[in-house]
Amino acid sequence: MSELFVHGIGAVSPAGWGVSALRASLKSAAALPAKKLPRPGGKTLQVRVVPPPSLKLPFFANPRLRRTSGISQFAVAAALEALGEARSPRLGIVLCVMTGGVAYSRRFYDETLRDPTTASPVVFPETVFNAPASHLAALLGAGGINYTLVGDPGTFLQGLALAAEWLQNDLADACLVVGADEADWTTASAFRLFSRQAVLAEGAGAICLCREPPAQSAIAMRAITDSQLFFDAASRREAARRVRAELPASDRAELLCDSATGVAKFDAAERDAWKDWPGTRLSPKRFLGEGLMAGAAWQCVVAVDAVRLGLYPAAVVPVTGCNHQAIGARFEGRITPSLRDAGAGRGQGRGEIS
Amino acid sequence: MLFPCSRHQPRASQVVVTGAGIVTALGMGWRPNAEGFRQGRTAFRPVTLFDVSRQRAKLAAEVDLPDEIAGTRLGSRAQRRLDRAAKLLLIAAVEAWQQAGWTADKPLPIVLGTTSGGMRMGEDFYRQAAREPACARRQASRVLQYQPQRQGLDLAKALNIRGPQTIIANACASGANAIGHAWHLIRHGQAERVLTGGYDALNQLVFSGFDSLQALSPTECRPFDARRDGLALGEGAAVLALESLDSARRRSAEILGEICGYSSATDVHHLTQPHPDGNAALATMRGACEAAGVQPEQIGYINAHGTGTPLNDSAEAAAIARWANGAAANMPISSTKAGVGHLLGAAGAVEAVVCLMALREQWLPPMRSVESPDAACAFPLVREPTEARFDYALSNSFGFGGVNASLVLRRWA
Repeated sequence: MSELFVHGIGAVSPAGWGVSALRASLKSAAALPAKKLPRPGGKTLQVRVVPPPSLKLPFFANPRLRRTSGISQFAVAAALEALGEARSPRLGIVLCVMTGGVAYSRRFYDETLRDPTTASPVVFPETVFNAPASHLAALLGAGGINYTLVGDPGTFLQGLALAAEWLQNDLADACLVVGADEADWTTASAFRLFSRQAVLAEGAGAICLCREPPAQSAIAMRAITDSQLFFDAASRREAARRVRAELPASDRAELLCDSATGVAKFDAAERDAWKDWPGTRLSPKRFLGEGLMAGAAWQCVVAVDAVRLGLYPAAVVPVTGCNHQAIGARFEGRITPSLRDAGAGRGQGRGEIS
Repeated sequence: MLFPCSRHQPRASQVVVTGAGIVTALGMGWRPNAEGFRQGRTAFRPVTLFDVSRQRAKLAAEVDLPDEIAGTRLGSRAQRRLDRAAKLLLIAAVEAWQQAGWTADKPLPIVLGTTSGGMRMGEDFYRQAAREPACARRQASRVLQYQPQRQGLDLAKALNIRGPQTIIANACASGANAIGHAWHLIRHGQAERVLTGGYDALNQLVFSGFDSLQALSPTECRPFDARRDGLALGEGAAVLALESLDSARRRSAEILGEICGYSSATDVHHLTQPHPDGNAALATMRGACEAAGVQPEQIGYINAHGTGTPLNDSAEAAAIARWANGAAANMPISSTKAGVGHLLGAAGAVEAVVCLMALREQWLPPMRSVESPDAACAFPLVREPTEARFDYALSNSFGFGGVNASLVLRRWA
């Protein structure tokens, strides 16, 4: 099997709930405003949080989701958008997280330090990495295979490859791959230890993969490179180069949707590897913030969306993670005439880096 | 390429174990653990790693770690920086690596399971960030060390391994899922060898979490006992060197056993409670046996998930009775959590190694703490050290979030 197809995409980001909000935000090419998050000691940290939804989303009423933290709500919303009306009795779920349910973990541990006899038993289960995947499975009644992967943002692409494996080996008929993380003062202050410029963000992105192309359009996932581990700055640079070398050569009509954040020291490795990219370059995290696993998912969602709209024939997504791996993906379009007509034109340079 | 997958290996008809490393509170390595599990020793003692004075439960199965881990490329300074979880993982990995006789000449996938990674470092980070927010001393190192990918990278560095790493955090089924995923990679020709396993260290957040749920036993862990009142926590790691039978034979490696079946499913009943009938457990036991091509009556021993909580054990007992039907009456079952506690992300991997030991040396690990078996048990519980002749063992792992996984292992004769 040399290609699999994207059935749908979903996103929750500081731009709002849904892919259309993400698209509109990137089209404006302006960085979203950051919110001040208080932390102990009276200081504040800058983060880009997900705004409240404009309408009450129906799944919030589900008993399993009533007490969940942001990460579960983001993951579920993005996944449901990607899935659309489709339901499969053999749905595989891959959730990818970097920091996971950190808000409830911080809250529960704080309660433990104050007095363990009053630490909330309701909060603790939500601290487990796979809690969002469990809620999603319960909501969909999906009793099949369900893994939560942990790592740096490159893990989202590993998740896509894992889903491909399940589809190829007939462990599932469709697979939801969700990348999600939530912002908290603990992660924001941790991030600040490595850069004072980086702005942490939260949200989720989801891609639903299937074996057959959907009726209207077909976006094919054509490649996920090997995962290139790195241990330091030098090996990170080399890992980014290897990802570039492994992906097929592209022409200038294609889109590069990279993981640049606007922080020079974070971006150097990938910038170096892709310095001679001939076409359009889009860096969603420059506008949305460092969304960790959600950030890598947004890159893929934006890339697929651009190809789906006929703006580009193909898109390449390199993810050079924070502290684990570099990896890349390639998506190609098989666009029907009706969708091409509806597209807003090619290569409009949304958020391009000059 | 991870996709499209370059199947440079032929699909493997059989996946064998050529190295196994284990560390639990019973000791470090195959021999002390085999002796301990065979005798049904228990390893619980008062918790010393953090304050439990205001918790209901006071005991856990702590591991005595050595000052230095031999057989790695990490120097003393690098080892001192390691989180407790990373040390547990390294000890088990070095044993498996050396036993397998592998060399780092080609890329080797690593698949690990954990629930908490280096959470103890995360706790240190939080306490300092909350109490001394202006002090950044050692905080950056803690941020890096607490993340699960760091333990994977430490392992790669220690043994000079190149290759992709997959870290599965499926709660208490993580270790079994990791082995199952590695098994899939070899079965489907995506890898010839995989280093896989699970690890977790005791930490305050998780201990307090289980205590808050009143899931920890304030007395003694007694899986499947009518008077059971909860689980006991432990820590440890187990790592398996898995490879295709062809690969093992080519290099005349000693084969410790075979992983011949695996299945995973999700129980959507509740975040922390299993469906009372054990539907997902039934699905995974069926699926794993189907993959292995064996019938329930061929299974000579089940290493149950058997946490010792009232709800888990009754659901698992119901599932086993439904799955095995009449065969359950002759199917010896025990839970080694009675001896070393619930090792969370390490549990599935440690219990797979216990099954390998039992198959290889032909004994059944007893649960000495069980006095009055629950009437729901339609199967015999192993309560005394027992010799046995059997060829197949099944290991169950169930976790928060409803993740269920079963592995079938075969004696290599």
